[in-house]
Amino acid sequence: MHGRFTTLHAWLLALPAMVLLVLFTHYPIVVTLFDSFMSTPKKHRPSHFVGLDNYAAMAGDPVFWKALTNNLIYAGATIPISIALALLMALIVNGRIPGRPLMRMAFFTPTVLPMVAVANIWLFFFNPNYGAIDQLLQLVGLTAPNFLGQQQTALWCVIVVAIWKEAGFFMIFYLAALQTIPPDLVEAAAIEGAGRWQILRRVVLPLLMPTTLFVLINAVINAFRTVDHIFVLTGGGPDNATNVLLYQIYLVGFSFWDQGYAAALTMVLLAGLGAAALLQFFFLDRRVHYR
Amino acid sequence: MTDAAATLPLPAENRIGAIVETLGAWLLGVLWISPLLYALWAAFHPAAYSAHFDLTAPLTLENFVKAWNAAPFARYFLNTVLLVSMVLVGQFVLATLAAFAFARYAFFGRDVLFGLVLVQLLISPDMLLVANYNTMHMLGLVDSIAAMALPYMASAFGIFLLRQTFKQVPQELDDAARIEGCSALGVLWRVYMPLARPVYLAYGLVSVSYHWNNFLWPLIITNSVETRPVTVGLQVFATPDQGVDWSIITAATLMTSGPLLVGFLIFQRQFVQSFMRAGIR
Repeated sequence: MHGRFTTLHAWLLALPAMVLLVLFTHYPIVVTLFDSFMSTPKKHRPSHFVGLDNYAAMAGDPVFWKALTNNLIYAGATIPISIALALLMALIVNGRIPGRPLMRMAFFTPTVLPMVAVANIWLFFFNPNYGAIDQLLQLVGLTAPNFLGQQQTALWCVIVVAIWKEAGFFMIFYLAALQTIPPDLVEAAAIEGAGRWQILRRVVLPLLMPTTLFVLINAVINAFRTVDHIFVLTGGGPDNATNVLLYQIYLVGFSFWDQGYAAALTMVLLAGLGAAALLQFFFLDRRVHYR
Repeated sequence: MTDAAATLPLPAENRIGAIVETLGAWLLGVLWISPLLYALWAAFHPAAYSAHFDLTAPLTLENFVKAWNAAPFARYFLNTVLLVSMVLVGQFVLATLAAFAFARYAFFGRDVLFGLVLVQLLISPDMLLVANYNTMHMLGLVDSIAAMALPYMASAFGIFLLRQTFKQVPQELDDAARIEGCSALGVLWRVYMPLARPVYLAYGLVSVSYHWNNFLWPLIITNSVETRPVTVGLQVFATPDQGVDWSIITAATLMTSGPLLVGFLIFQRQFVQSFMRAGIR
């Protein structure tokens, strides 16, 4: 199938999807970049070019730095922990332990539920007066701190909920990959006298690398995109202790209606994601064994 | 999922080790499910027992009745169902057509176009809140179900997934159908789509659960009972500061996740498999 007629035909097939993609993904990226160099329109003063003013304001804004730091901590904790737990869960569910179907259900169920809904349940767990953690601590004569109300612990609560929600999702991909590993490979290694840790490290993990890369990319994107539970648990507080980039973009864009500044913040988020993608593409990709 | 016990034994070194591992695994499982078990406890017991665990506590459905009456949940459910179906139909149609073009046509600009599609895998519309809100404002669609659905209808994930699937369809089947007199769209309808049925199921389940749960974009773009989906409705309703009982909040929480939870428990196997299929290819 070649020639002008096929090209026209193919373009027509792709057109509806492309129009919507451009309208809601590419166009807004360009507009956001443009807006980040413009002032926010006010009643008596339409939007005008301000150069790098928004970025300069951002660089001098402690809340931005706080949100960025929080986001990096949030990513740095949720990504490795949820991936490691996902692998562990997959090995458990793929093993010979009794009650495997129940375990698979226990690990995977959080994934299918709305984040806003499950965050409401966790709110109770963290409650300082009658929450579940408080009650457990009372058994040994301790009182729980106000986990969500104090700066030192609030971000970690948000991280715990994110890991709880996400690990089961990643488990599924590891589970699928584990089931494609030929048993003879493991048997051969065992006959050669390899212990289970050696088998895991030398045989299983290398074969899981493509899955790990796939999961990693998703985990990175999620670490900058998952903010639903923050609305429920803390609202970004106390004193921005749980504020992250996307949440700050929401606040600036829709609570303070400062669109120019929100655009500059969005550009930081997009640049960060782009950089992460390039990094993974150029460095990690080479170390992956493709089947 | 077929019985996988044989694929990767990694046996424990000894018997005691195996027992310890089993207990450890169970502990992790219990830990993981405990928030949901708690929610079930609180929702089905009177408020007095919401933080007081007593096996003799009476069971009740009153919390659900109260929650249902406390906010227009019927309307929220209708909105969510409309939203989810609109997105699903849109995604199926648009992704199918585009994926067919990318999989089986050699045309001018294909690689550039496909590159543009892949951008959306990284940067999703819900990160571009402000710009997309302004677009909806220009289109006069703010506070409508269409506005919630439109940004997601062209899905890079769906196009990518279906393209991979269509590429695996043997070219001979395509040729044979054309010799029989099928048009391009006829071939798509009679050959490609039936062969891709499991992928549609997988993609459909992933899409429905994602959009049932979606929160941030609907929160921004809706501001009335007539458009709000259950996730946003729940958040508007469940603010403990307003003095709503915990038991009622947990009941509402279970209610909003109920259809997905029940569906998941019934179709557990298909659900897990489809998530795997959707991710792996």
